[in-house]
Amino acid sequence: MKRTTSARAAVPVALAISLTLAACGAANEDSGSGSSSSGSASGGTTVSGTIAGAGASTQTVAQQTWKAGFEGSNPDATVNYDPIGSGGGREQFLAGATQFGGSDAYLKDEELAKVPSTCGEVIEYPVYVSPIAIAYNLKGVDNLKLDATTLAKIMKGEIKKWNDPAIKALNEGVDLPATTVVPVHRNDESGTTQNFTDYLHAVAPDVWTDKASGEWPISGGESAKGTQGVVQAITAGDGYIGYADASQTAELGNAQIKVGTSFQGPSAEAAAKIIDESERVSGRGKYDFAIDIKRDVASEGVYPIVLASYTLACTKYADQKTADLVKAYLTYTVSPEGQQAAAKAAGSAPISDSATKNAQTAIAAISAG
Amino acid sequence: MPDTDLDAPDQPSLTTVHEPTTSTSSPLGGMPLLRPTLPRLAPPLMLLAAFAVAVVLGLTVSSLNPVALLAETAVLYGAAIYTTSAVVEGRRNAVDRLVTVVVTTFFLLALLPLVSVLLEVVRDGYKRFDVTFFTYSMRGVVGEGGGAYAAIMGTLIITALTTVVSVPIGILTAVYLVEYSKGSRLGKVLTFFVDVMTGIPSIVAGLFAVALFVLFLGPGARAGVIGAVALSVLMIPVVVRSTEEMLRLVPNELREASYALGVSRWRTITKVVLRTSVAGIVTGVTLAVARIIGETAPLLVTVGTTTSSNTNPFSGRMATLPVFSYYEYAQPGIPRGPYLDRAWAAALTLIIIVMALNLIARLVSRFFAPKTGR
Amino acid sequence: MSTTSDKPGVVHDAPRYGDRIFAGAATGAGVLILLVLAGVAGFLLWQALPALTASPADVRGGEGLAHYIFPLAFGTILTALIALVIATPLSVGIALFITHYAPRRIAIALGYVVDLLAAVPSIIYGLWGVYVVAPASVPVATWLSTWLGFLPFFGPDPSASGRTTLVVGVVLAIMILPVMTAVNREVFLQTPRLHEEASLALGATRWEMIRQAVLPFGRSGVISGAMLGLGRALGETMAVAIILSVAAGVHWDIIGTANSGTIAADIALQFPESSGLDVNTLVASGLVLFFITLLVNMAARWVIARRSDFSGAN
Repeated sequence: MKRTTSARAAVPVALAISLTLAACGAANEDSGSGSSSSGSASGGTTVSGTIAGAGASTQTVAQQTWKAGFEGSNPDATVNYDPIGSGGGREQFLAGATQFGGSDAYLKDEELAKVPSTCGEVIEYPVYVSPIAIAYNLKGVDNLKLDATTLAKIMKGEIKKWNDPAIKALNEGVDLPATTVVPVHRNDESGTTQNFTDYLHAVAPDVWTDKASGEWPISGGESAKGTQGVVQAITAGDGYIGYADASQTAELGNAQIKVGTSFQGPSAEAAAKIIDESERVSGRGKYDFAIDIKRDVASEGVYPIVLASYTLACTKYADQKTADLVKAYLTYTVSPEGQQAAAKAAGSAPISDSATKNAQTAIAAISAG
Repeated sequence: MPDTDLDAPDQPSLTTVHEPTTSTSSPLGGMPLLRPTLPRLAPPLMLLAAFAVAVVLGLTVSSLNPVALLAETAVLYGAAIYTTSAVVEGRRNAVDRLVTVVVTTFFLLALLPLVSVLLEVVRDGYKRFDVTFFTYSMRGVVGEGGGAYAAIMGTLIITALTTVVSVPIGILTAVYLVEYSKGSRLGKVLTFFVDVMTGIPSIVAGLFAVALFVLFLGPGARAGVIGAVALSVLMIPVVVRSTEEMLRLVPNELREASYALGVSRWRTITKVVLRTSVAGIVTGVTLAVARIIGETAPLLVTVGTTTSSNTNPFSGRMATLPVFSYYEYAQPGIPRGPYLDRAWAAALTLIIIVMALNLIARLVSRFFAPKTGR
Repeated sequence: MSTTSDKPGVVHDAPRYGDRIFAGAATGAGVLILLVLAGVAGFLLWQALPALTASPADVRGGEGLAHYIFPLAFGTILTALIALVIATPLSVGIALFITHYAPRRIAIALGYVVDLLAAVPSIIYGLWGVYVVAPASVPVATWLSTWLGFLPFFGPDPSASGRTTLVVGVVLAIMILPVMTAVNREVFLQTPRLHEEASLALGATRWEMIRQAVLPFGRSGVISGAMLGLGRALGETMAVAIILSVAAGVHWDIIGTANSGTIAADIALQFPESSGLDVNTLVASGLVLFFITLLVNMAARWVIARRSDFSGAN
């Protein structure tokens, strides 16, 4: 490394100039190398063309992974995903601007009414399930147990010190310091906040009286932008606690949450199980697998604070080529292979067998015309 | 002179230097021929002493961070030089010396954060500054590896397009304002609204561009050129404003001289006015480019992102450096390392691109600018 | 400019096509800008209209548009003002240093370095603010709270993480320094040599020369530069979004955990996940930002106009 430092410094500048002049394309593209050769999810035949999706930024890494695996086995296909956010994703999907969408929340009733007739029936199923960790930074405490009521009080600012009796009662034998509790929340509207507040309101309605909302409903505490901001804030301050996507909180303490009579940490398996425990929203389309997550679940080994992000698609596409491409791509995203790849790269929980089956039923209905 | 813990070797020399100056009133027994001045060595020595005191203070009382150190040194030195100079050289010179200290301190104070920012970017960005980063796109890449080739091309193309649109419009508008409007209503309205235009939030510019193109191209239109339009909305006012300011500074004598020689108006403007102010205009344009090249939000809604490279700005999504950098930072996979490294490397690349543009612009302006006194 | 108002071509009466085309192009460019701006304004109004007419309960926050936007407008102005108060003297100082104090060779290099700082993307400033400035600000905030706590700006509970209005103001100040310095520098450089030399010849010290010749000459330019900087500070998005710990409502305390947000940052934070009326509300807040900029510029124009008798090319 040291030997070549000066050469290294010179290379980029020269390259930047020569590349600008040559515009010869990226080194990894023409040959099709550099991608994983494992995926042949589309069933032997390859598809071609370009499709685009837009939506939830939570799916960014998963979509990147699926795209890489899919394009590896279908070199002539290009899939794009703009992580512009769920709201924008739904809007663009409904306007027909994208072939598929990603959203942290299922379509609202008034949005369902806006689905264009050319779309046929709307397809909706959870494709990306990820546990939300209650991350904390407290010197000398590696294992923290909380229940919904205590958590709600902490986030509301009603519990001010870490050695509060309520926390002590749940953590017998743990030496809790008198550090001030600082709750951290997201200052940007997000699916994570929506799911977290949904949990608090469903399980501890006496304390957490505000309804689920993508925007933090109460004032007080600290706020930070995005998962990275929350993680950074918690990492920086002793006594800080907040909620963030579990894949990014590995270096922090993750609280175990009381479910029924036992305590459960944010593991992928425990998160995937909640989808099966939850009920499908009734009165919607045949291929609409929107679910209301059952937050007050009592079964052992289930983690209730999860975020389920959806894929939105149509049953009808204008031409055969697009229909084939969408079908092939979505099939790959829900395949065990695709789900495992996403789990490895993004830290999500692979969806369960029954959820996969539902998604496959819906995808099978995609056709041209 | 503030007393310091610095002892023996320096102290005597300082005091001997000062001994005579305190009794300057009578070396010649009457009026001095020259105003007494501080000995040349005194200011640097006082600076050193002030710095030493600041270090001692930093070690004992406050913490030893660069900002505090600089501020303490400046205050101590300023007080010392002002008092000594006031005694020896008179109040006017003392004020002059004090201002020099203040101005220099301001400069150094401003430089500190800037250096800190640059160091941070270079330190973290250097890790991925390799051949792969500049020759690979992100197509088919998960986790480690991959590069910003597509993003670099996208940023260069879109920025070039934006500049091509904005600079002529901006400069012509400024010319209109300074040379033609002469207090006309259009001129007044324009001046005012150009200022207002600087306050358009970047995301609004992006949404506007999308709305505009959707009218023609239907929903789902994504192209580099839409991004260029959005960025132009942000860039034009900056160009107009800085160019206008530079044109106003061209002395009227030059214009009058040119007219007196029978040169037509537009040639006077292009050959005399614009060339006299070319250095300032180029600086303004470079700053304007720097202002827009790092925009994220408007690009995401207009150009989208893709992992493949696309060099056609009139069709399809393009990757761009700021968007690339932002999402590598904000939405990393696990482990986080390679994503963050790419984010910093992209930021460093962006800065280097602007540096290069800046350098080229300076060469260009030196080539065109007339010789002046400075 | 009054001297050029008469017909310049008295000698030739033949029309000069070059002149006409050039004048036409210049006017056309100006008109084009107005059209674009009208387009943007029209777009904003069209998008904001549903929020303006919606019933207060439906608007984000549930208490009406004004209730939602006012604290944001307050935060926007407060942070921008802090930035301007810090950046204006600094930028004048830096520009003076580069033009009148530093040795010439070094001055060119220094000007280049300062320009470079404009090239740093705002996200980087945001991250730098969170990781470097915010922690460093904590002791300062504690000191301010202890000794100047009687002022409304310095509350009794300073933030332990430093994600405060004060830090945002400081970071914004640094972000707008390059632009302001560049304008000031160019303006100071244009001070007529003769004025400076005349002042020096009369025995003025360097500072007196600057006060008599350079500063009066550059005043309108300095105000102009400050307005450019203010425009950027008002509209800055990412850096504010990343640093500030926001809470709803108006907060005078600039060192606490609860800070009023800013309009641009709020749009960036809430826009991605918003849909329907929420988007309209955000656009309406964008419209308010538009008006704030408008008012600020009107004020600046007024100040410049009052003092224009001794500035610029006349």
